[in-house]
Amino acid sequence: MLLEVTLSGATLGGMYALVALGLTLQYGVARIMNLSYGELLVAAAFAALWFYTGVAVSPLVGLIVVPPLAFALSFGIYRVLLQPLVRRAKTRDALEVDSILATFGLLFVIQGVMLAIFGGAYFSYSFLAVPLQIAGATVAANRLLALVLAVVIGVGLYLGLTRTRIGTAVRAVAVDPVAAELVAIDVRTASALAFALGGALVAASGVLVSMFLTFNANLGVVFTLKALVVVIMGGVGNLLGALIAGLLLGLVENYVAVFVDPGLTLAATYAIFLIVLLVRPQGILGRASR
Amino acid sequence: MTVRDGLIGVVCLAGVALLAGLPFVVADYGLSLAINIMSYTVLATAWSLFSGPTRYVSLATVAFFGIGAYTTAVFVEALAWPLVLLIAMAVGSVVASLVGLATLRLSGVYFVIFSFGLAELVRQLVTWFEVNKTRTLGRYVFADITAAQIYWQLLALAVLVFAIGFLIGRSRLGLALRAIGDDETVARHSGIDVTRAKVALFVLSTVFMTLTGAIMAPRWTYIDPAIAFNPVVSFTVLIMALLGGVHRLYGPVLGVVPLALLFEYLLARFPNHFSIMVGLVFIVIVYLIPRGVVGLVEDTVRQRTAAKGAA
Amino acid sequence: MSRTLLEIDGLTRRFGGLVAVDALGFTVAEHEIVGLLGPNGSGKTTVLNLLSGVLRPDAGRIAFRGHAIAGLPAHRIARLGMARTFQLVRPLASLSCHDNVRTGLAFGRRRAWGAAADAEAGRLLDRVGLGGVRGSLPGELTYIDQKRLELARALALQPDLLLLDEWLAGLNPTELDAGIELVRSLNGQGITILLVEHVMDAIRSLCHRCVVMNAGRLIAAGLPAEVLADREVVRAYLGEDDNDRGGGHA
Ligand SMILES: Nc1ncnc2c1ncn2[C@@H]1O[C@H](COP(=O)(O)OP(=O)(O)OP(=O)(O)O)[C@@H](O)[C@H]1O
Ligand SMILES: [Mg+2]
Repeated sequence: MLLEVTLSGATLGGMYALVALGLTLQYGVARIMNLSYGELLVAAAFAALWFYTGVAVSPLVGLIVVPPLAFALSFGIYRVLLQPLVRRAKTRDALEVDSILATFGLLFVIQGVMLAIFGGAYFSYSFLAVPLQIAGATVAANRLLALVLAVVIGVGLYLGLTRTRIGTAVRAVAVDPVAAELVAIDVRTASALAFALGGALVAASGVLVSMFLTFNANLGVVFTLKALVVVIMGGVGNLLGALIAGLLLGLVENYVAVFVDPGLTLAATYAIFLIVLLVRPQGILGRASR
Repeated sequence: MTVRDGLIGVVCLAGVALLAGLPFVVADYGLSLAINIMSYTVLATAWSLFSGPTRYVSLATVAFFGIGAYTTAVFVEALAWPLVLLIAMAVGSVVASLVGLATLRLSGVYFVIFSFGLAELVRQLVTWFEVNKTRTLGRYVFADITAAQIYWQLLALAVLVFAIGFLIGRSRLGLALRAIGDDETVARHSGIDVTRAKVALFVLSTVFMTLTGAIMAPRWTYIDPAIAFNPVVSFTVLIMALLGGVHRLYGPVLGVVPLALLFEYLLARFPNHFSIMVGLVFIVIVYLIPRGVVGLVEDTVRQRTAAKGAA
Repeated sequence: MSRTLLEIDGLTRRFGGLVAVDALGFTVAEHEIVGLLGPNGSGKTTVLNLLSGVLRPDAGRIAFRGHAIAGLPAHRIARLGMARTFQLVRPLASLSCHDNVRTGLAFGRRRAWGAAADAEAGRLLDRVGLGGVRGSLPGELTYIDQKRLELARALALQPDLLLLDEWLAGLNPTELDAGIELVRSLNGQGITILLVEHVMDAIRSLCHRCVVMNAGRLIAAGLPAEVLADREVVRAYLGEDDNDRGGGHA
């Protein structure tokens, strides 16, 4: 029982980590605090649902088709909607406030569109819903597949960011945009790329999540919140921190859901968040700011 | 006090007296619109009381509004009305203090994130409590209060929020907040206890939100967590305050009136696409009028005078 | 020798791998003007940040008027009677000059408010030579006047110890003379001063004593003339390979 709960908690945690990786790219590199982030996840989940039930295409194909679309969409959103704010902002704080406001508006637009199309009901589809035996524990195959894919995507991203020129440029912007500019890195393009990449990641997570969770049009906010909490817990811009924090959050939530009450999972998230704020506000792996 | 201050005072008093007479001259629909506008006036003004000077975007308005509404739903039949309001204030202040103490000593992002999910958290907790402990999800609100009485209470609350805002502006706390808004480090180095000032203001501003929720609850005869903690309320308050302008006490109300009317129309006309419309209106405001109507007017006047000075 | 006002011992602060302040120790006595010198990036501003509470030290002790203040929040330190200016001026941009000074009065030790505070704010602005611009916003002032404004705001705290971070940098010769006079008169009025400075004329004419840092460490302390002639100090300022030309400028 404990092993089963731990395994399914790890799946959830892997999802959170992946979702948070994308957000840490958007916030850490592009300096955009994107409150509509989770909406893209839900939109991708709906897309996967439509692929599977509408045109009978496997979510695995969806995983190949949807993220590039999300990449393009996010790139467009950054260029059209957010770059004017970047240009107008005098300080980093001003940009933060502006981006919070703009993406908060965007949240309601995207959510409104999904509500108009799908209504508020919960959806799910049954894909690979077969039980597997691992070390005596039963796990659904779709969960396991989602976890494996999340790991593959996460590792791929990590290698891409650490081993390629573009990845290095993106990380440099995260550390110090001014210095990055000085060594001839195109900060604007790097920011746009990071934002779009974040969008692709959250869309991929959305497809994966749709394979094993029920979802509805209102779920985006909760995912955004959890991603934000994970990013803060891990330390902004810290990929490894996001991974650890994501796993931790997934595990704790699942334990609470199974052993205490499923109605208290968000409370558990907040409790963890509070502890981090009180004990290590710079994040698990972050550095002190004062 | 100058003659000008005195004159403004007289005009305000006359305005309040006129507004107080409204229920005698308008019909039901007009009164319900007036109640709507008045409640958003309190909410938006209270919101900018805190978010204006600190520049911390609070997304938690409905968390406190809902706490107030639920308090009424639970206690209104058993207790005297003033007592219900007192309990609402107490619960709201405790929650606000906890949130404030946990987040406001850190940078603004933490506060925004915390406030972003707060309404959802409280909603889930209330749902959990109701389902597990009382085994009822919704509640009927049977209160012996007429619409006109609700309106007058809101009017009194509005007068109070303006009065307090005005007094804060002239107090030490007001000076501290302006300093904090400009440069926190410098404010600290001038001896200002920045965290205390922010928490105090946050609690004060949320008390008004909680009271508004408590007073408004009897308007619905039935409430459940989804009604009481509807995130659209937080969002609406934010837009209204921003449209009006948050750096002046009278700014938000200038956003409340037109948007309350617009939303009334949109809700009737496009009930299923309301949140899309509101989102779009909001984005337009953020891009085109970032300092609100008040800021727009002030900037224009300044440019005019500058141009005249140059000529 | 009068009583010790400030005592620093083993003060250390790291930024990642860089040790910006490394086991630093020195004292400042009441009524002294002490110069804190060192080449660019040697950690002087970081020391002031640790003293005034912008940063928290990783290790070490700071005693100010007998209170252990290391790691205390800045507002508590300010209320104990330590005030500072910033290397890059930081006026409160949306407040008039008058209100800038009033913040220090309202929340510092005096907790002055109302008519008394207004009068005092006016007096302080006069004192630094800004009597004519009370109602102006800081953005309308010249850079030099903004520095003056910052000094008036610091003085409003009625400090025992004033930390000046290159307050005299960037002044023209006339302004420099006036600035030196002003600092001297503040000292004459009983305020102890710790002064980070690169302007050698100012150091020679103002400082009773100097401490010199290099790469976070203390490398010399003593009378200005002695310290500036010290071989190690000269080497720190001019670089390793320079021959001995006698300390003169930075
Ligand atoms: N907040 C910080 N984060 C990281 N590194 C810092 C920070 N503040 C200072 N440093 C580093 O610490 C070292 C000392 O800096 P500091 O500003 O104290 O030097 P300084 O002696 O005041 O120099 P200057 O004469 O140029 O003002 C420098 O290498 C600087 O880059
Ligand atoms: Mg310096």
